[in-house]
Amino acid sequence: MFACARRLGEGGLAGACIGVRSAGGIRRGFVVVVCRACPDPPCARVCPTDALVLRPPGGVRLRAELCIGCGNCVQACPFGAVFWDASQNKPQICVYCGYCARYCPYDVLALEDVASGVQSPAGAG
Amino acid sequence: MLPDDPLRRILYVDLSRRRFWVADRPDLFEDGLGGAGVAIRLLEEECPPGADPLGPENPVILAVGPLVGLFPMASKTVAMFKSPHTGNLGESHAGGRSAVAIRMAGYGAVVLRGASPTPVYVVVEGENVYFRDASALWGLRSSATVGRVIRERERGAGVRTIMRIGRAGERGVTYACVITETYRHFGRLGLGAVFGSKKLKALVVSGRRALPVADRRAYREAYDAVFGAATESPLMQKYHELGTAMNVLPLDSIGALPTRNLRSGRFEGAEAISGENLARGYLGRRVACAHCPVACIHLAALRIPYPNDPYFYKTVMVGYDHEPIYAVGSMLGVGDVAGMLRIIDETDAAGLDVMSTGVVLAWATEALERGLISLQETDGLPLAWGDWETYIRAVGRIADPPNDFYRALGRGVEYAASVYGGADFALAFGGNEMPGYHTGPGCHLTYLTGARHSHLDSAGYSLDQRAAAKKGETLTPEGVADALWEEEAWRQVLASLVVCFFARGVYTPEVVQRALAAAGMPRSADDLARLGAETLARKHAFKVQEGFDPAGLRIPRRILETPSPLGVLEEEFLRRAIARFFERGRG
Repeated sequence: MFACARRLGEGGLAGACIGVRSAGGIRRGFVVVVCRACPDPPCARVCPTDALVLRPPGGVRLRAELCIGCGNCVQACPFGAVFWDASQNKPQICVYCGYCARYCPYDVLALEDVASGVQSPAGAG
Repeated sequence: MLPDDPLRRILYVDLSRRRFWVADRPDLFEDGLGGAGVAIRLLEEECPPGADPLGPENPVILAVGPLVGLFPMASKTVAMFKSPHTGNLGESHAGGRSAVAIRMAGYGAVVLRGASPTPVYVVVEGENVYFRDASALWGLRSSATVGRVIRERERGAGVRTIMRIGRAGERGVTYACVITETYRHFGRLGLGAVFGSKKLKALVVSGRRALPVADRRAYREAYDAVFGAATESPLMQKYHELGTAMNVLPLDSIGALPTRNLRSGRFEGAEAISGENLARGYLGRRVACAHCPVACIHLAALRIPYPNDPYFYKTVMVGYDHEPIYAVGSMLGVGDVAGMLRIIDETDAAGLDVMSTGVVLAWATEALERGLISLQETDGLPLAWGDWETYIRAVGRIADPPNDFYRALGRGVEYAASVYGGADFALAFGGNEMPGYHTGPGCHLTYLTGARHSHLDSAGYSLDQRAAAKKGETLTPEGVADALWEEEAWRQVLASLVVCFFARGVYTPEVVQRALAAAGMPRSADDLARLGAETLARKHAFKVQEGFDPAGLRIPRRILETPSPLGVLEEEFLRRAIARFFERGRG
């Protein structure tokens, strides 16, 4: 989470497009919520202004200038992986940069190149 | 401080009037940085001399620091209050998500004032504060249930802290703790009892704001240096693999593992309760505090059979560390590892500090053996070394005392011995129960002189262990006192940032300066040294104001009877070192 915000050159959590929460209390461990770059993303389908553009082979790109801040995308994602930028009143969408994976010491996160099948766990891409 | 850094903001919550407000106090943070440095200044402002620790006039200060939310392992919150356990400085540190949540909610400190007439829990969501009724949560058997109920009712999953108390805090047991994120504790010195006296069952804080940095590139570079040192160097390995439980066997092998109320420094059951054995048979999960790559929190998966139904089990996750293992394992002669974990679990359910609980029960066991007390006092419980089932019942009675004896146990071993006798084997220092090291004079001098009477104040055990490793080097009272003072002063800096003490090897003075510069609060090495010395002096001044007298410190005879790895300890040595330590503080 912190790495994702740091990618923007700031501290804290506001900019994070990744979430970590307990699986119903820490007794049960943690859940990492991150965009899986769906090939057929429901967030894009519910966007009334086509602000979420498909990004083959998976995932979406936000065209912020088209977004009206309705929040449908947040509701549509079953994983809760569409985060919200309250200061801009727009979604925060993962850009698949892999910066977070570089700071995951336990290899939970990895950046995977789906098209070529290349996996780079250190997020070198 | 950067102009838009929310660290300067202090949230005041008045529980008596159910009001809250925010004050901008850049002065406090410029002078004290954060954490301990700011908390002691706020305690001076908020706590009237001679305050009743369980009265509404005793404040609770929760302070974080400039590196929290920016750097890894800057993960601790410092709580300050007047301690109902010792009657002077109450200070306790905890991680979990507490520090990150306070910082992300937009505050450098939270001050809790007054007392609610009825049970409440307080929810801080960024700028908003809500007072929620907690009367239905009051008296719940387990603190874990309190956490679960609030978790399901409130927002902020993943970015919140839920600090709560158990029955012990409600009842005013003077070593009741505040539990956060199930496995981290504001332990020692009774913050839980202060929450209870305010009818405050829990405090929930959440937020997810951005934090500014002075220079983006310098920030990322400084971050990577700290992160690399934490994850790639051996500095954190100890905490990473077996966790602090790795101390059990080495301490036992040198005769420094307090056993059966420190009648011995060796425990025949050490292998069973060791970090190695726990990792082999029980380690079910490792977790970390927010923003920490180390994951030192070790959870044992403990399968508990139902008493009357075959093939019916529940599995609970019990957190373990060296100190709980010592306190309710070796100290109570409990070598049954599952039994030891069950005592830890029960202690957590009740919301008691596990270290004090173990020491108190060890004293009670010996007092029963010696006939100072009888089964009448123990309410029929035949306390005996190793009998974990009886100890579990005794833990419940400390939290819900059926008689004066358990009420006395609920005020600590120092008080219990003042009523029933047995002070010679009542292992408390400055009123706080003993930690799990009997390594030599250094550790005991830390317990005696440390502002919190905690092993973490100045880590004298490591001086002892170094002296033991280097044969021919002898410790002198003055040498030990000076080294402890230097260490405790430096730790005030770490506790102001607020960096976990386990990361002290990573956060050298140079690294601290670099991180602070990136955070927009540049400080020189001299500035930091001054801050450490001044913070320590202010803490001592508060202690003295509230009646602490270094010359009056009681040295339990037992520590002079059971030889340490560095030989039999001498009272004269300890007294000279105490005198030197506090002279140093004045100079």
